[in-house]
Amino acid sequence: MSVDEKTVRRVARLARLAIPEERLAPMAGELNAILAWVEQLQELDTSAVEPMTSVRPMRLARRKDVVTDGGYAADIVANAPRTEDNFFVVPKVVE
Amino acid sequence: MRELLKLSLSEARDGLRAKSFSSAELTAASVKAIESARELNAFVVETPEIAGQMAAASDAKLAKGEGGALEGIPLGIKDLFCTKGVQTTAGSKILKGFKPVYESTITSQLWAAGAVMTGKLNMDEFAMGSSNETSHFGPVVNPWRRGNDATKLVPGGSSGGSAAAVAADLVFGATATDTGGSIRQPASVTGLVGIKPTYGRCSRWGVVAFASSLDQAGPMTRTVKDCAILLREMCGFDPKDSTSVDMAVPDFEASCTRSVKGLRIGVPKEYRIDGVPAEIDALWEQGIAWLKDAGAEIVEVSLPHTKYALPAYYIVAPAEASSNLARYDGVRYGLRANSDDLTEMYETTRAEGFGREVQRRILIGTYVLSAGYYDAYYIKAQKVRTLIADDFTRAYEKCDAILTPASPSPAFGIGEKANDPISMYLNDVYTVTVNLAGLPGIAVPAGLSKDGLPLGLQLIGRAFDEETLFAAGAALERAAGFVAKPTKWWTS
Repeated sequence: MSVDEKTVRRVARLARLAIPEERLAPMAGELNAILAWVEQLQELDTSAVEPMTSVRPMRLARRKDVVTDGGYAADIVANAPRTEDNFFVVPKVVE
Repeated sequence: MRELLKLSLSEARDGLRAKSFSSAELTAASVKAIESARELNAFVVETPEIAGQMAAASDAKLAKGEGGALEGIPLGIKDLFCTKGVQTTAGSKILKGFKPVYESTITSQLWAAGAVMTGKLNMDEFAMGSSNETSHFGPVVNPWRRGNDATKLVPGGSSGGSAAAVAADLVFGATATDTGGSIRQPASVTGLVGIKPTYGRCSRWGVVAFASSLDQAGPMTRTVKDCAILLREMCGFDPKDSTSVDMAVPDFEASCTRSVKGLRIGVPKEYRIDGVPAEIDALWEQGIAWLKDAGAEIVEVSLPHTKYALPAYYIVAPAEASSNLARYDGVRYGLRANSDDLTEMYETTRAEGFGREVQRRILIGTYVLSAGYYDAYYIKAQKVRTLIADDFTRAYEKCDAILTPASPSPAFGIGEKANDPISMYLNDVYTVTVNLAGLPGIAVPAGLSKDGLPLGLQLIGRAFDEETLFAAGAALERAAGFVAKPTKWWTS
């Protein structure tokens, strides 16, 4: 499997990453080099292997579904580039 | 004052308790050394005022015969750890100016134990790198040089600032993190001890996420005992991290004096890799002989899927990174590009804020998780991960710990490998299996290369058996008698 410029453009869009037109071809080359290298995994027959889903066998801890934290909106927005009355400000999305 | 900084962390601790010197003296020496070593570019932020206040508080406690396990000891903090009110960037432009309103669990524990913060340490951007060259704040320079050759060498990565700061005697220890080798590889090429504990030992809460199923924090220090002391304070159950393990934290320092007599040390034949310099293999042989002399039993073991570890890692890590780094969108914190269109604002912010290696990994990660490729890449890699973990389980039927080299070469020159990602990725060839399997691994300095640069050995343990690593690591340290130090060339 290898990627072309069109695929890089599509993936970059999915990743919300602006890639200038002239970088598409070099980036496709860089990604293909990595993809060609990871291709060696196909040598392994993994049809009977379960994918790892937990690094150490463990059951996630449960907790009561109650509010235990909160009430500091000003802290939450303290590092935001643009805020108004403790809200995040973003470009207009609905007309 | 400089002499104080040559002490090990444990000697500094004992000296403080015996009131041979104060934390104020120790901290002032550290702050001054940090200022005079700016050429190393190890620190992104220096916090002399905070250090002074913390030292004064420590001295007050020590005067009363009180204080924690690290009372009054100056440490450096990798810039991946959120520190309340102190800029935390993960080495990225996208987080420039970010001042967390909270403290990571690990640093909270260190401050509670009395440690003194001297500043935030440089690192590869979002911990993606093996040479500290991807940092937005520029590369860190290794205090070590090839003899009289003035070529600037990398300190390894991603915890390059941590490595340089401890190796140059600026601080007594540093926090670091390890996703594929980022504690052990820099420790190896700067002559330090570094441990990546078992996945779940150290809380990941408040540590900027790279690849959540692989990330583990750990300490970097100049001796095995120091490493044990610092790790104990970093470990512990944290309900705020869902993968944190609720287990007692052993007295790792006590393990350092435990005998290795009868301990079975595995030597994996698959770790003899073509193209690795002969001196790496020779050092490994030496390490085997040292442990044998100390009474350990050497057994050959097989880890047959070793060669698939790096390719599997370069699917899993970018996949998790692409997901974790989605949060940097210009809305809640960090950089924001100007645009009237929301999507364009996201795309431009991320293009301007992320460096080249980070962008490359986000794209790879997004690709392997995208519709139609998820099974072929991501699920395949997670299956290979199971095979690698099973390799270790089988090996531990025959041995108690595994000895390998820690890095495939000594420190290389800045810029030497910058344009070849795959060659850069190979720096983690000995360390990455450990992250994939969630096991503990320690790097211990063991010798010098033909150019006079440090080289380390790695010990890999069973899950949650860091104690054996400290016992065997201390045995290696005693046998190696590694006392070499970099010659001070950096000046203010």
